[in-house]
Amino acid sequence: MPWSREEIAQRAAEELQDGFYVNLGIGIPTLVANYIPDNVQVILESENGMLGMGPFPYPDQVDPDLINAGKQTISELAQTSYFSSADSFAMIRGGHINLAILGAMQVAQNGDLANWMIPGKMIKGMGGAMDLVAGVNKVVVIMDHTAKDGSPKFLKSCDLPLTGSNVTDLLITNLAVFHFEEDKPTLIELAPSVDLDEIKEKTEAEFIVSPDLKSN
Amino acid sequence: MNKLKNSASEALEGVLFDGMTIMAGGFGLCGIPEYLITALRDSGVKDISVISNNCGIDDFGLGILLHTRQIKKMISSYVGGNKTFEQQYMKGELELEFNPQGTLAERCRAGGAGIAGFYTKTGVGTVIAEGKEHKEFNGETYILETGLVADLSLVKAWKADDEGNLVYRKTARNFNPVMATAGKTTIAEVEEYVSLGDFDPDHIHTPGIYVNGFIVGTDHKKPIEIMTTREYVA
Repeated sequence: MPWSREEIAQRAAEELQDGFYVNLGIGIPTLVANYIPDNVQVILESENGMLGMGPFPYPDQVDPDLINAGKQTISELAQTSYFSSADSFAMIRGGHINLAILGAMQVAQNGDLANWMIPGKMIKGMGGAMDLVAGVNKVVVIMDHTAKDGSPKFLKSCDLPLTGSNVTDLLITNLAVFHFEEDKPTLIELAPSVDLDEIKEKTEAEFIVSPDLKSN
Repeated sequence: MNKLKNSASEALEGVLFDGMTIMAGGFGLCGIPEYLITALRDSGVKDISVISNNCGIDDFGLGILLHTRQIKKMISSYVGGNKTFEQQYMKGELELEFNPQGTLAERCRAGGAGIAGFYTKTGVGTVIAEGKEHKEFNGETYILETGLVADLSLVKAWKADDEGNLVYRKTARNFNPVMATAGKTTIAEVEEYVSLGDFDPDHIHTPGIYVNGFIVGTDHKKPIEIMTTREYVA
């Protein structure tokens, strides 16, 4: 059984360490906040200018001056701080954020990431994604292993315009987990009842199989 | 000197001209100068280049300047969620320059601080880097980005005093402080006017030196783009 959206988020949450400052992208990455382990405390950053992002507000506490980078209403915590967009990206670009979790359209075997535009379609813009992948210490990428038509999304090289070059540190798909080193990515974990043959069949990228490959 | 102006049109008197560059603060619809944008529309000024993270929505924020075709060019990081924008852009009626969000913020900061350019890792290896100077520092590649200034900056703050000292509220701060520094003229729109001495000088976000004038809006609409809430659990 491939991992569901929630299970992918849960697997990504295992990458969180106590005391980490973390930026979560829009979509499945946002769900990671629901699976933060009990013994781990992280501080969530929202790139529109907030550290210490709290959960969605109660209906009577909604505040139009308090939103996250996905423009959703949120709440603040006792440790919350606010700052300008320039300060926010100084934190991001300056390497002060420990971990970012982002969605993707394509990932290449050298760690290239494409997640912001499809030529020919209306381009919405990259927002803060290029800054995040360039500046955050560890970039965890989440995506479905294949496109809806079954074609691979983990490729030798991306054909979509890049968000960043050689920026992916860990790739979590609905089928497997890959760790990126200097040379080639390493397959380190399989989703339940997924085997190596299936991964080989659905992956264009070249990868190494870890001797400690974990099956779930 | 008291920088309080009686109305948005009075605050903008003598500073508008066709073909000008205008910075507008805000992230989505959060922290946008709504009354000043309406005054821009009513002034009829055209061929504006707008520097703003987003372009509002169809019927609010900078989006209303699309309906009147006053915007020639947008410099933004994200313009999703605006059909009018999409239509005009696809027809080639609107120029668009995407900047990564952090690069956009830093370009405004640099412009306001007299920094002509800076090197950043953001965008290296992407279309953003094409045609830009590349330079290695400590074995890593950076690209040159330039500072931005505007003929006029329109910002939204929570409170202002006579001097034009500004305080922002929560995530409505976003691009407003850096844009306030980067306008040849900067006009602020606030919700509350306070007397001199009411602010603790240690708590002022934007010192009045950057602010030429401000207006006090009443009943700001502050629409919410995406309402998300949780339930009370008994």
